[in-house]
Amino acid sequence: MLSEIKRDYICQLAAKGKRVDGRKFDEPREIKIEKGVAKNAEGSALVKLGDTSVMVGVKMAPGEPYPDTQDSGVLTTSAELTPLASPTFESGPPSPEAIEIARVVDRGIRESKTVDFKKLCITKNEKVWVLFLDIHVLDYDGNLFDASSIGALSALTDTVVPAKRFEIGEDFKLEVEHYPVSCTSVKIGSAILLDPSLDEETVADARLTVSIDENGDIRAMQKGLNGSFTLDEVKSIINSSKIKGDRIRELIK
Amino acid sequence: MELIKDGKRIDGRSFDELRPIKIEAGVLKRADGSAYVEWGGNKVLAAVYGPREAQPRHIQNPTKAIVSCRYNMAAFSVSDRKRQGPDRRSVEISKIVSEALDRVIFTEQFPRATIDVYMEVLQADAGTRCTCLTAASVALADAGIPMRDFVSACAVGKVDGQIVLDLGKEEDNLGEADLPIAIMPRTGEILLLQMDGHLTMEEFNKAVTLGMNACMKIYEMQKEALMKKYTGD
Repeated sequence: MLSEIKRDYICQLAAKGKRVDGRKFDEPREIKIEKGVAKNAEGSALVKLGDTSVMVGVKMAPGEPYPDTQDSGVLTTSAELTPLASPTFESGPPSPEAIEIARVVDRGIRESKTVDFKKLCITKNEKVWVLFLDIHVLDYDGNLFDASSIGALSALTDTVVPAKRFEIGEDFKLEVEHYPVSCTSVKIGSAILLDPSLDEETVADARLTVSIDENGDIRAMQKGLNGSFTLDEVKSIINSSKIKGDRIRELIK
Repeated sequence: MELIKDGKRIDGRSFDELRPIKIEAGVLKRADGSAYVEWGGNKVLAAVYGPREAQPRHIQNPTKAIVSCRYNMAAFSVSDRKRQGPDRRSVEISKIVSEALDRVIFTEQFPRATIDVYMEVLQADAGTRCTCLTAASVALADAGIPMRDFVSACAVGKVDGQIVLDLGKEEDNLGEADLPIAIMPRTGEILLLQMDGHLTMEEFNKAVTLGMNACMKIYEMQKEALMKKYTGD
């Protein structure tokens, strides 16, 4: 919930080309990435996007492959909106919001072939590596999509496969083959704002997340909220996501 | 597997050809509005209940109606039996479909109410979310819910390097990209847009144009279905 007066203030500012925190429309908040923050995880990262804070951990263990992909490792992504991160988060089973975040991050990694899961096969038809990617939201000040996916990619680049622990050979570094970076924009009135803060997100009519790889190709998209976009708006969001994504990619690497 | 041969797709369609689509409005007795859609091998029923008082009361919005959608797949709708109840995929689809429909309904006319849209996939064959949205939109109109516009949906994808319309099962499983899109046909506003896989900018532009044109065709079929029910021809 947001007071009417603040809502009006954000909308009026947006109509004048301004934002509450003084950023330009296409300017993301400061991004801080710290890798290797959880030593019991195979890979981990703490991402701060302004005041939004998300921790992502990778755990791996041998397991059974899916029946339809007998020669590939398995990816399991989940997101937890812990009650400590916001007065509106409740404990209990995952909310639709948490599920959407987990699935968008999961698709971003899986469909863009960020990791070649064929290389995570131990014995065909029997044993493969199962990669658990857990997104833990610690402080919620908007744009969990980007914080989570930047966190996920960072944690993957930090991951060492624990083969020795399970007596299947030597440990090896997980190979990250692509670097798709997700950028989220929201629409307030007719203004398009990159990396929305919580207040901006609350006021927004529509949201679009675009994930672009190192070659400038589109790897994933997800539109959300009740509003709509015109095709021209979608195209301009893709273009600005490409430019901003390049900078974020350097931080992750 | 070869998905494209001699310029034709695995089921014999051309690149910009939709699967056969049949839409019927008002098929359920108890629901306030309903629709049945067959789209290729997809068979989907949608029912609308409401506007009715939202329960429990704390979920009520004093300024507008809630649009609450439930997308559900029957256990027998897919080749490997699906466990009953919502899984993560269903929860996500329910959420984005609710958001898309919310935009076209005049929710401000029904404060404290809920408009419930139930979608049941009886037989799945790739593209169920677009089939469900298409059905839900007809069911809402059949229920007499005041709307700004229809919602028409269709998926586009990339198969063997070609941009093709309305992916079939094999194409969906083995293709390189999938892009479901839903629009308001009168204004062209985009209500639902998802993408996974790999598309260059040019491919995206081509795909989205192809998808939006197909949505216009779906729109005509939706109107026809309603006309058929309410004018009897």
